[in-house]
Amino acid sequence: MKARIKFRKYGVMRFIGHLDVMRFFQKAMRRAGIPIAFTGGYSPHMIMSFAQPLGVGVTSDGEYLDIELGEEIDFIKSVGQLNEVMVEGMEVVDLVRIPDDKKSSGMTIVAAASYRVTLLESAKSAEVTRAFPAIWQSKIEEFLGQESIVVLKRTKRSEVDTDIKPLIYQMRLGEEGIELFLAAGSEKNLKPDLVMHAFTDFVGEKPESVPFHYHRRDVYALEPEGTKITCQSKIEVVTKDTRRTYIPLGELKYLEN
Amino acid sequence: MRKLALNDEILLKIEKPARYIGNEVNSVMKDPEKVDIRFAMCFPDVYEIGMSHLGIQILYDMFNRQEDVWCERVYSPWIDLDQVMREEHIPLFALESQDPIKDFDFLGITIQYEMCYTNILQILDLSQIPLYARDRDDSVPIVIGGGPCTYNPEPLADFFDLFYIGEGETVYDQLLDAYKENRRNGGSRKDFLEKAAEIEGIYVPGFYDVTYKEDGTIASFTPANSHAKAEIQKQMISSLTDTYYPKAPVVPFIKVTQDRVVLEIQRGCIRGCRFCQAGMIYRPTRERDVETLKRYAYQMLKNTGHEEISLSSLSSSDYSRLKELVTFLIEEFKGNGINICLPSLRIDAFSLDVMGKVQDIRKSSLTFAPEAGSQRMRDVINKGLTEEVILDGAGQAFEGGWNKVKLYFMLGLPMETAEDMKEIPRLADKMARRYYEIPKDKRNGKCQITISTSFFIPKPFTPFQWAAMYNNDEYIARAAVVKHELQEQLNRKSLKYHWHDAEVTVLEGVFARGDRKLSKVILEAYRLGCLFDSWTETFDNERWMKAFENTGTEIGFYNLRERDAEEIFPWDFIDIGVTKEFLYNEWQRAQKGETTPNCRVKCQGCGVMKYKGGVCIESKN
Repeated sequence: MKARIKFRKYGVMRFIGHLDVMRFFQKAMRRAGIPIAFTGGYSPHMIMSFAQPLGVGVTSDGEYLDIELGEEIDFIKSVGQLNEVMVEGMEVVDLVRIPDDKKSSGMTIVAAASYRVTLLESAKSAEVTRAFPAIWQSKIEEFLGQESIVVLKRTKRSEVDTDIKPLIYQMRLGEEGIELFLAAGSEKNLKPDLVMHAFTDFVGEKPESVPFHYHRRDVYALEPEGTKITCQSKIEVVTKDTRRTYIPLGELKYLEN
Repeated sequence: MRKLALNDEILLKIEKPARYIGNEVNSVMKDPEKVDIRFAMCFPDVYEIGMSHLGIQILYDMFNRQEDVWCERVYSPWIDLDQVMREEHIPLFALESQDPIKDFDFLGITIQYEMCYTNILQILDLSQIPLYARDRDDSVPIVIGGGPCTYNPEPLADFFDLFYIGEGETVYDQLLDAYKENRRNGGSRKDFLEKAAEIEGIYVPGFYDVTYKEDGTIASFTPANSHAKAEIQKQMISSLTDTYYPKAPVVPFIKVTQDRVVLEIQRGCIRGCRFCQAGMIYRPTRERDVETLKRYAYQMLKNTGHEEISLSSLSSSDYSRLKELVTFLIEEFKGNGINICLPSLRIDAFSLDVMGKVQDIRKSSLTFAPEAGSQRMRDVINKGLTEEVILDGAGQAFEGGWNKVKLYFMLGLPMETAEDMKEIPRLADKMARRYYEIPKDKRNGKCQITISTSFFIPKPFTPFQWAAMYNNDEYIARAAVVKHELQEQLNRKSLKYHWHDAEVTVLEGVFARGDRKLSKVILEAYRLGCLFDSWTETFDNERWMKAFENTGTEIGFYNLRERDAEEIFPWDFIDIGVTKEFLYNEWQRAQKGETTPNCRVKCQGCGVMKYKGGVCIESKN
């Protein structure tokens, strides 16, 4: 039996890397007494996987962790048990049952992620923000109006020039910051800092003079074909020839959940 | 929301920011307005090492149980942050409150190995506390040293206000009470130190005068303050069961060296190996009650969520209820995906049986520590292990399916001859031969026997404290003897050899048995940039040699002479219970190759009976 945990990561926990968050949850499961299933062998591992890794320094309101359970649990009670063993900066928001098949795993279905980017007074603090220059409103339109947006994408093995424009689904200046809606997942993935560095470059600013803080709002899957999910936070992306609907992972309605 | 001492820009620039943010599960937060005493507990090495130390966790738990004390942790900032803190004049801070150490009442530093001495100066320096104790005024914390290296604290004497000699569970209450009383009375730093000097086990180095003979050895070591005692009694708790133990230790976010629940099953060792300091200073051997340990195992696994549990002791096989405890751990926890680590077990039928249950035989290796290659040398060091026993253990292991063995030895032991060194690879070869006696179809491919040698360092309060060491070249030459002899062995292709660095050995030797005159060398090395000397990537021997040269200090005086019976040692003012006469007698017996039976076989009257604890009173109950 599989389940999906939705959690928030904020405050000082933004300095804890992805693998350490995994370790944190492994130990938290034991402290909370969640009957998680193990792989076999001499050094068994808990069966759990994150939908989408989160970079160091980034905070989030919508992180997802899939787990396999060894026995039935009371989902609502388990949220409480988990929150009792969390630390400041980690909060379990929800725990829901998901289908057992591989194609429903968070890692497989992730298709996009939304971010809020705030402009900081200084790189010294993610809490002290300042207003965006008014001109950026039109600059964003110009930025997106380009034929292509080519950046140098670094991976572990290589550096490649990549056109990131098709991976920017939305970018606009909102009341609280720049709202980004970007491709995410194993096939196509775009990190928000890559977009903002390209934009900074485009407006002719030096990266050190416009420090940003990145906050992930949520992680999304494509609305399953043939279904119609009612939720307020769905996002529609309309291009010349396609119309796609994205649903936050936490809003996906699975059978008899 | 939690505030941090370091800003985002710094934290996102340095390696592993999780080392510096605190906030870990089970870390203790208190309201600074509601406590009387702020205590910063320091392990002067990087977070991952410091967080793996059981002693600090015990004391952290002990202090924080008291409502009016807030004990916090501090570790050495790694070299990347060290540089930033110096450039930006950021004072060193405690992990929990993120407040500067300089505003605390106490800074307690555990001193576990000699090669952390420059890190101690880094801690003081970054905390903006004057390095020399004599330069400190009432505004800075009292700097306390504790841990195994304080059984000869003299090389560090100038940097500490006081040393706590012995186990931390005993007189801290008295020390803190004295501090509170002194503050109420408006007393000065010196007033407090005088009060502290009267407490058992507390040594205030500034209250003693040391004079030297022409040859550099000590002529006299005497109290220069009426409050100071001529002799300092080692502190020891008589019952390990009725004392503090951290049932909810702090759980680090990042992977640390000891990332598991640790059950300390006993303290001390009955064996009496002549090179081993722990075997003498922690006498008498005391066991922790097995039922208590079982309860702790449950509680600690539940409170931490760790996936591994390990036993801790100097020699687990000597724990009288080992079988019961290990069986319990396997039955209770193995099925829940909990790994069970069983270090320091003697290889025999029982240990092989349980190890076969808790680990993958094909992948894991077995460790033997014969310490010396020849029987003659094993008798000299009183290892109490015969070749027959070693080979028999290996044979049983091979038949049980193991094919990887690690062997640990020491080189440069007193009375060691070339023949003794050559016996090291020969013993490994005999082990390999034993393996290949097993029919081909019943064994698991080739065997792999890895020999590791470290160079012996004589330690205070051991029978070998009188022994001479060697210089760098001689150590390397001894390793070469082993290496060449290994090439002569029939099964050389199944044998591997690693040896430890000799440069660090020489320095450890100097500081292990050093005197007060060495503090200037440590300070000079620190000024020249030495830091994290126990890390191969940061250790710089040339700077150390320069520090000796600049201060006109002879390494040979400390390392190359055999001390005579009359010499006053820098650590003689400490009474560990074991008498100098006993140790000297053991030194004599070593030279004759005579062995001494262990505490359970026959009491040798070492002197520690006066503590009336553990193995000394076992049969009398």
